[in-house]
Amino acid sequence: MTETRSTDLPSDGNSIVLSVDGVSVRVSPGCTVAAAVLMAGTPTRTSVSGEPRAPLCGMGICFECRVSIDGVPYQRSCQTLCLPGMKVTTTGAQLLP
Amino acid sequence: MTDPYDVIVVGAGIVGAACARACAAQGLTTLVVDAAGVGGGATAAGMGHIVVMDDSPAQLALTRRSQQLWGALAAELPSKVEFEPRGTLWVAADEEEMQEVRRKQVVYSAAGVRTEVLDAHSLAAAEPQLRPGLAGALLVPSDAVLYPPAAAAYLIHQAMDLGARMLPSQRVVAAGRGQVRMEDGSSLSASRIVNACGAGAISLLPELPIRKRRGHLLITDRYPGFVHHQLVELGYLKSAHSVAGASVAFNVQPRQTGQVLIGSSREFGEEDAAINHTLLAAMLRRAQSYLPRIGALKTIRVWTGFRAATPDKLPLIGPWPDDPSLLLATGHEGLGITTSLATGELVAAEIAGVKPEIPAQPYLPARFLDGSRAASQQGLFEEAAHD
Repeated sequence: MTETRSTDLPSDGNSIVLSVDGVSVRVSPGCTVAAAVLMAGTPTRTSVSGEPRAPLCGMGICFECRVSIDGVPYQRSCQTLCLPGMKVTTTGAQLLP
Repeated sequence: MTDPYDVIVVGAGIVGAACARACAAQGLTTLVVDAAGVGGGATAAGMGHIVVMDDSPAQLALTRRSQQLWGALAAELPSKVEFEPRGTLWVAADEEEMQEVRRKQVVYSAAGVRTEVLDAHSLAAAEPQLRPGLAGALLVPSDAVLYPPAAAAYLIHQAMDLGARMLPSQRVVAAGRGQVRMEDGSSLSASRIVNACGAGAISLLPELPIRKRRGHLLITDRYPGFVHHQLVELGYLKSAHSVAGASVAFNVQPRQTGQVLIGSSREFGEEDAAINHTLLAAMLRRAQSYLPRIGALKTIRVWTGFRAATPDKLPLIGPWPDDPSLLLATGHEGLGITTSLATGELVAAEIAGVKPEIPAQPYLPARFLDGSRAASQQGLFEEAAHD
């Protein structure tokens, strides 16, 4: 997974394009959503007191990597693999789909 | 031994904290003792719903007075107490329950509590997540929500500002006859001792007519705007959803964070804090029957707590007739967060010898010692089980 390849081209067998807060990110198959969010350079979530948060444990325990995926809130991005066309949003508190 | 304290309050839950604050405000030298720290027991397990209830005139008087005291305190509560005047919606499923809404409105109105009857349309507009077809609701706008452990901590801080002292990390093994004895063998003396140990009060006074009544609560992740008021069903009056002697009711609360707190369950005979998954499932099905989409919310945590239940559903507040030094402030069952403030007021008035704001008589522990002491407390509870 590298950021240098163009995101204008669609997903293919060797790479996946997804969107993080509306920004296209190209990753290799098998890449987690947490990694894609890091590549997009944005925090995963905002705490109750307004602090930006990012993945800490990377193994599904700390819940700091929660994001909304395709409209479903509070998904652990470190436990979710990227799929072509996924829409990831990192807003803090979220409404139901 | 000297007599350094006018009052020792055993228990730093919200009731003990309110007693200490009220005693200190009366100028009494006051000490609070609790091995678990401030607000660590049922106070931390409860919902934090400031609610006026009318199961009996005495319950109405105590909850109404307390709700007024909370209202007066609201402006000075620190933000971490998360006090929010959300109001309660007593949800009526059908016309039979709407009659109860109208009856309740008359009773509340007579007690000076403003309410508003919502019809089906207004209820749906106020809480769009509720299932269609409900009959309406009674809105009690002066009811509120807060975070109980932070409220207890605030009351303790206020007590200390008024000169009270706090002795943490000491487990009390005996309290009475003017003496409070700690696990390490040390003891302290006081003119009056207040047993404010919630369901744990029976470990210091086994003859108390108190039984532990376990409850479950579940909290979700943040979904701001999912619900707006504390939502409680009126349907529990029909008592149709009992599970092996236990019962569940729809009782859901929006937290300031956007989290949703889901209750409630009631079980006698359980001493273990473990989750009863059968009952939890019944509780959630009940909630889902009112809020069909609630199943889509993510749960963060489930826990249990122990209410201190009395046979007549009224707390034990005031002197314990067998020991002139001992007062009780326990037995609040599910209303301790609400009624803590009026409880403190009654306890402090009794000790200071001043007239209380509301009559103390309905809550006096002596009511259970009238007549034959041979009547078993178990028998009292069996009668209560039919309510």
